[in-house]
Amino acid sequence: MNIREERIVSQKKLTEQEYEQLNKKASPNTKSYITIPSAFLIGGFICLIGQALTNFYISLGVVKDEASALTSISLIFLSALLTGLNVYDNIAKVGGAGTLVPITGFANAVVSPALEFKTEGLVLGLGAKMFIIAGPVIVYGTLASVVYGVIYYLIQLFIK
Amino acid sequence: MDMLLDYGKAFLVGGLLCAIGQVLIDYTKLTPARILVSYVVAGVILGGIGVYKPLVEFAGAGATVPLTGFGYLLAKGVKEAVTSQGLLGVMTGGLTAAAAGIAAAIVFGFLTALFFRSGDKS
Repeated sequence: MNIREERIVSQKKLTEQEYEQLNKKASPNTKSYITIPSAFLIGGFICLIGQALTNFYISLGVVKDEASALTSISLIFLSALLTGLNVYDNIAKVGGAGTLVPITGFANAVVSPALEFKTEGLVLGLGAKMFIIAGPVIVYGTLASVVYGVIYYLIQLFIK
Repeated sequence: MDMLLDYGKAFLVGGLLCAIGQVLIDYTKLTPARILVSYVVAGVILGGIGVYKPLVEFAGAGATVPLTGFGYLLAKGVKEAVTSQGLLGVMTGGLTAAAAGIAAAIVFGFLTALFFRSGDKS
């Protein structure tokens, strides 16, 4: 029995190592000299599109802050559309963080689960799963902003 | 020429912020969700201590499009709201500033989910 158990344990260890090796083989583009430049290029390109949109809105006579908000809305729209067409996820395979970090990645994180889980219903499927990743982002972003707000309020009290 | 420089700066700074994210993916065990959360919180902190505003002025969309820009927007909104409303602004400022982005993501996310089918993951 003991020998058998030991064998099972050693087998488990082996399979864990094998699993990691298989895992490394299965996930392509893990070489940093490829992933980091492609994240830079694709992320930079998305920001360049953002700059083009901002310049376009400013040329229409929109104030800078509002042009920036309109740019975000436009990029979110484009990202949602490309996610729906299954294009964004293909770009993301190459882009990595380049497609994750821009606001388009946030939109993709909203749209992807909404699409995937709509079969589970409009409320607990689409409506709830939409926030699987966006939820934490909004929660911790808001918390951080409230903490900053309290600190800023106190500083203002003492300065006045 | 000025416009070309704008594009160059946006590309460079935006690209760098994304490259940092890729370094985090490759060399730490941070999941994409944690990276997004970190970026937003980092944006609030950098916005709060006044580091991010010069970056936005320098790089434009290169600083506002990455999610750190979303965090910066939250911090900026809170600061303005506290100045105009006092303590109430602590609660209203952040989400008010972020409203456009959040509402857009919800609306376009909902519409996309209605009109498209989930694609093959292959």
